[in-house]
Amino acid sequence: MSLRLQARKLACERDDRWLFRDLDLDIHAGEIVRVEGPNGSGKTTLLKILSGQLADFDGELYWNEHPMRRTRQDFLANLLYLGHAPGVKAALTPLENLAWYQALAGEPDDESARFAALSAVGLVGFEDLPAGQLSAGQQRRVALARLELIPRPLWVLDEPFTAIDRDGVADLEARLAAHARRGGCVLVTTHHELADTPALRRIRLGQGARDAEL
Amino acid sequence: MPNSDPHLARETDAVRLFREPEGGAGVAIRATLKRDLLLLMRRRSEVLNPLVFFALVITLFPIGISPDPELLATIAPGLLWVAALLAALLSLDSLFRSDFEDGSLEQLLLSPQPLPALALAKVAVHWLLTGLPLALMAPVLGIMLALPAGSYAVLALSLALGSASLSLIGAIGAALTVGLSRGGVLLSLLVLPLYIPVLIFGAGAVQAAIFGEGVAAHLAILGALLAVALILAPWAIAASLRISING
Repeated sequence: MSLRLQARKLACERDDRWLFRDLDLDIHAGEIVRVEGPNGSGKTTLLKILSGQLADFDGELYWNEHPMRRTRQDFLANLLYLGHAPGVKAALTPLENLAWYQALAGEPDDESARFAALSAVGLVGFEDLPAGQLSAGQQRRVALARLELIPRPLWVLDEPFTAIDRDGVADLEARLAAHARRGGCVLVTTHHELADTPALRRIRLGQGARDAEL
Repeated sequence: MPNSDPHLARETDAVRLFREPEGGAGVAIRATLKRDLLLLMRRRSEVLNPLVFFALVITLFPIGISPDPELLATIAPGLLWVAALLAALLSLDSLFRSDFEDGSLEQLLLSPQPLPALALAKVAVHWLLTGLPLALMAPVLGIMLALPAGSYAVLALSLALGSASLSLIGAIGAALTVGLSRGGVLLSLLVLPLYIPVLIFGAGAVQAAIFGEGVAAHLAILGALLAVALILAPWAIAASLRISING
């Protein structure tokens, strides 16, 4: 079974303005899809719709050829979503934050995996500090550690490069490419220019653009 | 081309990567309980605020009304219950707010675990650190209001049962208003009407204990209210959270 996320005739209206209309998408395993567009063009909204968080839109979503409505549980078990807000609790340490995400994802409780994930994002030595004492970039890295910790094929990442330093950006880009090579699928919005690879596809949203796809 | 080696390798990897929905709800619920307890332990002021409010209100009443023990004893059950109810209400607004603000709530909604069960875990922590301490504290404050000695156990028990219903019902309102920047007043307006039955039977139980009547009927109704809330509220909370996040 391979993964495939499709959208047909997607349209979304906000404040009497069409963010996008008649948007057809077909996202397969092994692809990195970058959603582009100026501020306010509906990138976050599109990602939220595609990750099943917003119901206020026209069109149909399909997960592996089935309507999303009926396969939601199956879809969620394969999704890793990283939103604007990192979802990191300031009062908890990075390890405690990850422990909750691990349990929430239905993964077995595994401290060494959490350490490994934190070291993969360069947070060795910060595991036991309250996340509130970390910098914005480090907090974002705690959130990104979930990509290492929780194996999910479909990544939906909203501005994952925010507040990350240059080395971190290169690391993350390599991680996205590796995930696509392994047969995963990445849906990402970013203002950072991603290196051109065969796996990369672009979707451009404009102010009320109609034929946004490709 | 479809049969070339790299493609095959990719397919098997994809199969391994792809996951069927699995269990683990118990693990997720336990982890949520542990996380919320830990969070509240680290922000003690949030736990102490309702208790301090409760103690302050009850301390001020004898000063403001009259130190006459007979008069105080008559109004004590209602007073203790109203003050405890308002204290619990005060703490409700923060139930989902911090999770909403830092993005944890959307992650909670996107987890493949049953949302009503996770919401119930959060409410359970709220009750453990608000309702239960209020119930345990009430008899001590009852002494200050010259509450007859025989009614302490009933007071604590009625508050423990009742505050659990209050937490469950209040959480529905908290979930509905979590997306609003100033949802506090709206939250009170939403849930106060639903609090009234709990208040009537809770205060009634203490009153009955003072007059030496049977308290079983009152406590049974409080228990029944809690049972209904336990069955229905988790689903209502989950639905309310979805509405708030979708907006």
